Amino acid sequence: MKPEEIERMRDEALAAFAAAGDLDALQEAKVAHTGGTSPLALANREIGALPPQAKAAAGKLVGQARGAVNKALATRQAELEADRDARVLVEEAVDVTLPYDRVPAGARHPLTTFMERVADVFVSMGYEIAEGPEVEAEWFNFDALNFTPDHPARQMQDTFFVQGPKGTEGDESGVVLRTHTSPVQARAMLDREPPVYIVCPGRVYRTDELDATHTPVFHQIELLAIDEGLTMADLKGTLDHMVQALFGAEMKTRLRPNYFPFTEPSAEMDMLCYVCKGESVGNPDRPCRTCSSEGWIELGGCGMVNPRVLVACGVDPEKYSGFAFGFGIERMLMFRHNVEDMRDIVEGDVRFTRPFGMEI
Amino acid sequence: MRVPLSWLREYVDLPATETGRDVQAKLISVGLEVETVEQIGDGLKGPLVVGKVLTIEELTEFKKPIRFCTVDVGQANGTGEPQEIVCGARNFAVGDKVVVVLPGAVLPGGFAIAARKTYGKTSHGMICSSDELGMGDDGTKGIIVLPPEHEVGTDAIELLQLVDEVLDIAVTPDRGYALSIRGVARETAIAYGLPLSDPALLDVPQPNAFGYPVQVSDPMGCDRFTARTVTGLDPEARSPLWLTRRLQKAGMRPISLAVDITNYVMLELGQPLHAYDRTRVQGPIGVRRATQGEKLITLDGVTRTLDAEDLVITDDRGPIGLAGVMGGANTEIDDTEGTTTEVVVEAAHFDALSISRTARRHKLASEASKRFERGVDPQAASAAAQRTVDLLVLLAGGTADAGVTEVIAPSAPHTITIPADHPDKVAGVDYGRETVVRRLQQVGCDVYGQDELIVTVPSWRPDLTDPNDLAEEVIRLEGYENLPSTLPKPPAGRGLTDRQRLHRRVGRALAGAGYVEAPNYPFVGEHVFDQFGLAADDPNRKVVKLVNPLSDEEPALRTTLLPGLLGALRRNDGRGSHDLALFETGLVFHPREELKIAVRLPVDRRPTDEEIASLTEALPVQPRHAAVVLTGAREQAGWWGKGRPSDWADAVESARVLAREAGTELIVRGGQYGPWHPGRCAELAVVVEGVEQVIGYAGELHPGVLKTLGLPARTSAMELDLDVLELASAGVPKGPKISTFPVATQDVALVVDVAVPHAGVEAALREGAGELLESIRLFDVYENAAQLGEGKKSLAYALRFRAGDRTLTVDEASAARDAAVSLAGERVGAVLRG
Repeated sequence: MKPEEIERMRDEALAAFAAAGDLDALQEAKVAHTGGTSPLALANREIGALPPQAKAAAGKLVGQARGAVNKALATRQAELEADRDARVLVEEAVDVTLPYDRVPAGARHPLTTFMERVADVFVSMGYEIAEGPEVEAEWFNFDALNFTPDHPARQMQDTFFVQGPKGTEGDESGVVLRTHTSPVQARAMLDREPPVYIVCPGRVYRTDELDATHTPVFHQIELLAIDEGLTMADLKGTLDHMVQALFGAEMKTRLRPNYFPFTEPSAEMDMLCYVCKGESVGNPDRPCRTCSSEGWIELGGCGMVNPRVLVACGVDPEKYSGFAFGFGIERMLMFRHNVEDMRDIVEGDVRFTRPFGMEI
Repeated sequence: MRVPLSWLREYVDLPATETGRDVQAKLISVGLEVETVEQIGDGLKGPLVVGKVLTIEELTEFKKPIRFCTVDVGQANGTGEPQEIVCGARNFAVGDKVVVVLPGAVLPGGFAIAARKTYGKTSHGMICSSDELGMGDDGTKGIIVLPPEHEVGTDAIELLQLVDEVLDIAVTPDRGYALSIRGVARETAIAYGLPLSDPALLDVPQPNAFGYPVQVSDPMGCDRFTARTVTGLDPEARSPLWLTRRLQKAGMRPISLAVDITNYVMLELGQPLHAYDRTRVQGPIGVRRATQGEKLITLDGVTRTLDAEDLVITDDRGPIGLAGVMGGANTEIDDTEGTTTEVVVEAAHFDALSISRTARRHKLASEASKRFERGVDPQAASAAAQRTVDLLVLLAGGTADAGVTEVIAPSAPHTITIPADHPDKVAGVDYGRETVVRRLQQVGCDVYGQDELIVTVPSWRPDLTDPNDLAEEVIRLEGYENLPSTLPKPPAGRGLTDRQRLHRRVGRALAGAGYVEAPNYPFVGEHVFDQFGLAADDPNRKVVKLVNPLSDEEPALRTTLLPGLLGALRRNDGRGSHDLALFETGLVFHPREELKIAVRLPVDRRPTDEEIASLTEALPVQPRHAAVVLTGAREQAGWWGKGRPSDWADAVESARVLAREAGTELIVRGGQYGPWHPGRCAELAVVVEGVEQVIGYAGELHPGVLKTLGLPARTSAMELDLDVLELASAGVPKGPKISTFPVATQDVALVVDVAVPHAGVEAALREGAGELLESIRLFDVYENAAQLGEGKKSLAYALRFRAGDRTLTVDEASAARDAAVSLAGERVGAVLRG
């Protein structure tokens, strides 16, 4: 057994492994150079037939060669596997910009989500949400709230009346579609012991035709607080807190005297225009579309609960006072989200609703 | 109420530099809602002068008659020569005094005047109409013809008071006194801290017995009636310019001198007045309630059939006026023939409620009724009558009759007692007694007392009745804008109720499943129930009806959400969105078995629980429903493969989504109802306190219904009662015990009759498998007559078994499977497929 021959066998094996371009070729080379019939395997077998004194040297010679061959095979195997793995990753690349609108996204209506958002401002302060029927007794909708029987709001031009028994005239049923969420306040006062801190979001009805700024079915949110020693300053602070929570820390409100049957004193409430912050007033270079450069946006009505309302709802006006306010959700939604036409809010077009998603 | 600033200045000596905008800001802060400040004659520039028409040449060769005039404008044109002007109007004659605008002038709206060629002539200016000068409607529809006394060349801007500012105030129903210049002037004076020259402070002669006879037989309806007579009126006398201009600026049309004067005094003092032609009144003037059915022709020419509640003014013949609302035609001042020379002036005070009812009953809102409804100062009646008499004497050359009639029902001034710190407590501000007293005095109250104030309210403020009314007066004058901002401390809250949480979850879950919320109006027409194919006795046909619906097509309230939701689906489809999944949650309305009237409970005490219950019984039942509708693709086709059309199964699944949110088990079984496809309709039920209740339906809609309604084929829908679903809620879910031993899976394919529902098979398998069964899932449904036989189907289930305390042996799992199959065989005739 000549050392040159063993080295040749080793070198041929090494060359074959190096030449193998892929794992299949390497497998062939592996069989050829390390398999049972490979030259080195045969050489190894011949060692047994050698004279004892030659066995040690030959064993060492062949063993070293086989060791080198196996090591080279493992190295080449690892190289080619790494190449293959890298290639697979390249081949498996996809266009990640492909759309996947298999089931288009749904959405909740912004009226719903906005009412929730406003209500949550107060819930976090400790108020509870109160609800009531939409078809309501006139007593709750009007009388209990100090609307006299002859108040103009009780006339047909504003209020939907429900037919009474056996086709009697409508105004005899004593039932209407609630014109505001205030009857919920009356119910809350009757249901609960003071102190009462509630917020009432809901759907209300007035006989307006649908147009760009009106809808006969709309939404309000009202707040009522009844406790000992509540003041108009508390009302003001609560309003300020609300607009800050909804529109930002620098917001504030303004009260202007007004008249409502259920509050006395009563006020109209405005909030600072959240777009121009009042800077458009008297500043023709910076007109503001949101507030028509008035600086303020009219929100709704408010005031101290009229003690007559407290009496009708079983609250002792000598002990308790309260404040209340309410405003229209649609209007606020329109200016907060730049909605220009009321019909878009009303008609249920999915193209309008989808962008509002789950919460606003 | 429109208030010219020039008129207001007559009673409050405002600084000359104050603009309408300044006054607006001040009045808003004290609580008068000044909506706009109109700039009258804005941009107007002279020369604008009085001219006298010298010659008129009629030009007839044009389509319409045209006049070529020469007009004497004095020295206003710099030459003194007659001014040549072309004019299209015809309501003037040679010798008339007119208003001429000369070249170089600018009319309101930026209309610059220059000499220009027109109709073959050169027109050096214009003869003006009231419209062109921004004066408002004077009723002539032509150019202005001035009274002859005005001199040629006089500046007409000054003469016609063409430049002014007008505050337009939206007067709230409690502030009747602000429907007068006097009332607005009072607020202005307070706001500026200036004295008020009260125009109602006039010398009025004592009443006597020889005035025009008046008999008030209803002193509750009419607590004051002043009658004055003026004779010898010049029927030719016309309203002077200052008078007509003020009326115009205040938004009223000049009519005739006597009428203009009564309107003027009404605007000035807030007291509605009426002037009767004395020669047309027969006998004493009376005030009484009408007799039912009595007739009266009012000034507007309408014959009114009177109600027994209407308050009327009468003479010997019967009603001659609807008190406080509108006069009658039979005693009208003659303003066309100009024959009235004697008038009786009425200044009366009527009950606000009575007037408001009459005005509403006859749909007749007049300037007078508007004021009486909101409250007129009864103490101003004699002054207003005096003022009217004075003006008739001054402007119409009349003579005031010495007779003065005043019928006055005795009344006491209204007093309110309040603690001196009441306004402080309402506002949350320490005003102090001194401020409170001063502010109340400013609004006209008499105030006595120290810690307890006894406050007598002024006659013009009938709205001040309660302690809080006085508090408001103090707070508004001290400035709402000066209120501090404090936060009350509510007791710790409990957050949302379970019901409220569920409503939010329902919305989120459906939106998460791809549904878009579409809230709809609840108005429906009953024809929709026929279209839906509801049975004649279907309870959903019983509706709550409106007396005054917006549309006669939809006079009822919904008993189901589907009509509205399908309408929204159709609208979206029509606008090009064809793949739709919509949902709505909202109330539906069911009338009670027995309709009752909701009585008007008292308001001076808490109603009893029985009284409140009686109101509830008069209201319809109003459960909250949830509904979905689907059409088009539920899954879209795309690079990932084919799409999938929405179908009955999506509708049913939406109900399962809701049941999951409610934490309750939904029972789904075949059913048939109304608008649904009879073979593709699921009845939905839940168990509430051990009792099963049907809560709704889901599935594909009936092809016939879809066709009738014009909806896309294969549209599906689901509707259920959310309130009952909530009642079925299992409450707080229990945490399951998780076994970490291995699972044993067994698949079975069962052959059953086609009509056997999966739900029954699954229930049998579940029961038969016993407690080792962890889960069961149907993974294939297969029908093939050749393999299975006619009328058979194969249902393939994957059963997973697991024990909590050991690894199951194959034998244990197989035994459980066999037990399951055996029970299914017993129950529904299922046969294990070989």
